[in-house]
Amino acid sequence: MIPVLLILIPLLTGLAAFFIKQHKAIRTWSLVVSLLTLGVSIIGLSLKEGSMELAFSGEWMQTIGSSFSVKLDGMGKLLCLLNAIAYPLVILATWNSSYKKANNFFALMLLAQAGMMGVFLATDALLFYFFWELALIPMYFLCSQWGGEKRIPVTFKFFIYTFIGSLLMLLGILFVYGKTQDHSFSMDAFYSVVLSRKEQTIVFWLMFVAFAIKMPIFPLHTWQPDTYEQAPTATTMILSGVMVKMGVFGLLRWLFPVVTFASFQWADFITIMALIGVIYSSLIAIRQDDLKRLIAYSSIAHIGLMCAAAFAQNLSSLQGLMIQMFNHGINIIGLWIVVELIERQFGTRKISELGGLAQKAPVLAILLVIVSLANIALPLTNSFPGEFLIFNGIFSSQTKYNVWFIVLAGMGIILGAVYTLNMIRKVFYGNTNELTASAKDITWKEKMALGIIVLIIFVLGVYPQLLLNETSAIAETIFKKFELVLRSLQKQ
Amino acid sequence: MNALLLSAIFGVIMLFSGLWLKPNALGSKAAVRNLAIAGMVILLLVNILEMSGTVFINIDTKGMIVFDNFSLLFNSIAFFATLIYGLLSARDIEKVGINYAEYFALIFFILCGITLTSSFKSLLILFLGIEIISIPLYILTGSDKRNLKSNEASLKYFLMGAFSTGLLLMGIALIYGDMGTFNTVTIGAFTETKPSALLITGTLLLLFAMAFKASVAPFHFWTPDVYDGAPTVFTSFMATIVKAAVFIAFIRLFDDAFGFQQKQWQLFIGIVTVATLFIGNITAVFQQSVKRMLAYSSIAQAGFMMLSLYAMNTDAKEGLLLYTAAYSLATLGIFAVLIKMKDYTFDGFNGFAKHQPLLAATTTIFLLSLAGIPLTAGFISKFYMLKAVMSSGNNLWLVIFAVLMAAISVYYYFRVIQAMYFKEGPDQPMNVSPVFKWTLVLVAVLVIGLGVFPNMLLNWFYF
Repeated sequence: MIPVLLILIPLLTGLAAFFIKQHKAIRTWSLVVSLLTLGVSIIGLSLKEGSMELAFSGEWMQTIGSSFSVKLDGMGKLLCLLNAIAYPLVILATWNSSYKKANNFFALMLLAQAGMMGVFLATDALLFYFFWELALIPMYFLCSQWGGEKRIPVTFKFFIYTFIGSLLMLLGILFVYGKTQDHSFSMDAFYSVVLSRKEQTIVFWLMFVAFAIKMPIFPLHTWQPDTYEQAPTATTMILSGVMVKMGVFGLLRWLFPVVTFASFQWADFITIMALIGVIYSSLIAIRQDDLKRLIAYSSIAHIGLMCAAAFAQNLSSLQGLMIQMFNHGINIIGLWIVVELIERQFGTRKISELGGLAQKAPVLAILLVIVSLANIALPLTNSFPGEFLIFNGIFSSQTKYNVWFIVLAGMGIILGAVYTLNMIRKVFYGNTNELTASAKDITWKEKMALGIIVLIIFVLGVYPQLLLNETSAIAETIFKKFELVLRSLQKQ
Repeated sequence: MNALLLSAIFGVIMLFSGLWLKPNALGSKAAVRNLAIAGMVILLLVNILEMSGTVFINIDTKGMIVFDNFSLLFNSIAFFATLIYGLLSARDIEKVGINYAEYFALIFFILCGITLTSSFKSLLILFLGIEIISIPLYILTGSDKRNLKSNEASLKYFLMGAFSTGLLLMGIALIYGDMGTFNTVTIGAFTETKPSALLITGTLLLLFAMAFKASVAPFHFWTPDVYDGAPTVFTSFMATIVKAAVFIAFIRLFDDAFGFQQKQWQLFIGIVTVATLFIGNITAVFQQSVKRMLAYSSIAQAGFMMLSLYAMNTDAKEGLLLYTAAYSLATLGIFAVLIKMKDYTFDGFNGFAKHQPLLAATTTIFLLSLAGIPLTAGFISKFYMLKAVMSSGNNLWLVIFAVLMAAISVYYYFRVIQAMYFKEGPDQPMNVSPVFKWTLVLVAVLVIGLGVFPNMLLNWFYF
């Protein structure tokens, strides 16, 4: 029942939210229901694997072999938890922002949450597709209605990009469906389907494009910086913190286990693209003056590294990737919160116009520095174990270019440190200017939101085993698939 | 059979109602309208009764007309859509001209033709059905007598329609010459490996004629002008229910009669489909008027419906039924709102959401459905089409092309949404009755309901 609740709570409360006209009431309403969702997802986390409560299957479109089946497994648990944590944090951090027609804003946010929950929970390919789109539509309206000046064309580009991707994915799903034994969309049928090498390649590309656009992977990333910049900050937090994980998640759940051979075959090519993206976006990030764009490019770099980790296809990298998905979500939401606080206070996001904030707002400065250090994966922060496992995985992967890959990925990390520390230096240290001279420190609500993030950063940095326990089973299942492919290749 | 006879009878009743109920008196308009809507309800009811086995009148047609599940289900869809059309737009029909009772009469005659085209087993009946649909449509197109554009559209439609009817007859004659029968099932049972030149020519002519009627590229040139010139209330009817009926006739004809030579014409249909999708979608992008955009969008949607002909399997037939329902409902809804607008350009919709939130929300749902966004009927019907083509063999190129075109269609459908929600515009006073509003909401609920539970409709296929 847990997975159904996770989808239904945000869905129904989101629909109800359309009718709550009062600004304060709707804000409280969404905070309360998102805490409720968080509670349910924590209960889900505490249940043992194999518990009856973690899966649900109901009739839906039986005639074409699709059912409403959802399941909360290790990887799903983490991402649902991320999704559930993100919402209260975002609502808290943007507590004082006011929106025109706030009821619609919060309603759409909650609907998007329902969609993303569904993506992480669905064990039926068609249902997965449904939720994949359900998460996108509210985002379109959120960004177009409440975004910045250029919001309409930018959001439209974002929408068309992802829509093309998802339609191609639909074709991929249909292709596999046609080859399944019992003509079913269920995950088990997809996992056991037998495809020739050529068919695998077709399916791989049809589906990978959708995931690559969502992540995004170079050269399909062009929608992302603009969208992050133009979207209202609360939406950007959700987009970058949770939604991009849908792409990585899709790889692990629907691509690798279904078309293992093609995934293995194209791994080098994709890794190269991903790593080009890492270097390229890091270099651009260094030159950015706008805080939002800087974080957007940093996000492309991080996701590129995750994609490379996924295609390294061994136990260590998969493990690292799964916990990194969670950690990156937490860290980037932290960064966005800081940007939001700065923008709300000074009305600008330009790094060149800020400076000396540390003198005036010490708490904000300390919290930002911690989040930033987590973003560049310093030991003791949550990203470190994940990135360590990822690097270990890329280094020991099967490809003959592993040394090159590790060098490129390492450069990405170094560049990441360059732009992050540079940003801290320019925004928080140095002398104050006219704008920042009268800066005030943050309120207790904002402190709480950032404080929770910092707490998570440290706890998971010191004791990553919490997350690793959850994901190890899934990582092993995927890895076994690759091992089988490897063995069959060695025999030939 | 119930509906076939009743629709003709209702047509005659409507004709006389214009005579009996004094024209131009205020009360009589309402009476005519209510009579027409009652007629539509009765048609729907008797047809549903026939679906569950209650046949009032049974005339032996020597197998020329067969009401099977497929045709009955489509008739129900068509009657239901007509009822919705009546509830939404009946008041606007009265604004077209003084002969309002006759307009309803013509609509009932068209429904009579639709029952024929969905149930024929003989080429002659197909011809009859198509003509019974077409002739009232020529009149309706030109019904705005003082408007030059309407006259032009009517003439154009008539000339083009007459031409394609000629092709249809020619094709039927050639096929009769070769096979010695009009019966589609007998023609379909033909098993010789090499069809004669007569048969092939006949088939091609039939294909052309049907493509004309369904406004499929490259036979689509009349469509935008006719749809644009005709009074918008009738464009709405023409672009939805009539178009759907032609497609049903199209697939019935090719499934029954020419299924055995699918290999021969499949590639041809494929090319026609690609052309239709391409022309419909690309041209729609450049339109400035929502009405013309909808005309091109109807061509684009026809392209998607053509996929069912290309695939020609059970999925395709189910999918086409679903598609006709989804497409008709959504397009009827948008047209109903469009009729109320003063300005038919995209800018005319600016700020619509602020002033008419309910109408804007329902229109958005219809547009999302036409664009094929999941959770709407439009998605699930497109899904069935793609599924049908994928399962019919090695046709990946066609489906990839189709989805790319579907992505393009998002561009022009979303322009309306953008205008409604994200742009500012003046308030325009609108005469909207509660019936209109509630019908729109009902249609929107149906569009979403069908999108989530398509079996609601499709289970009837196997009752």
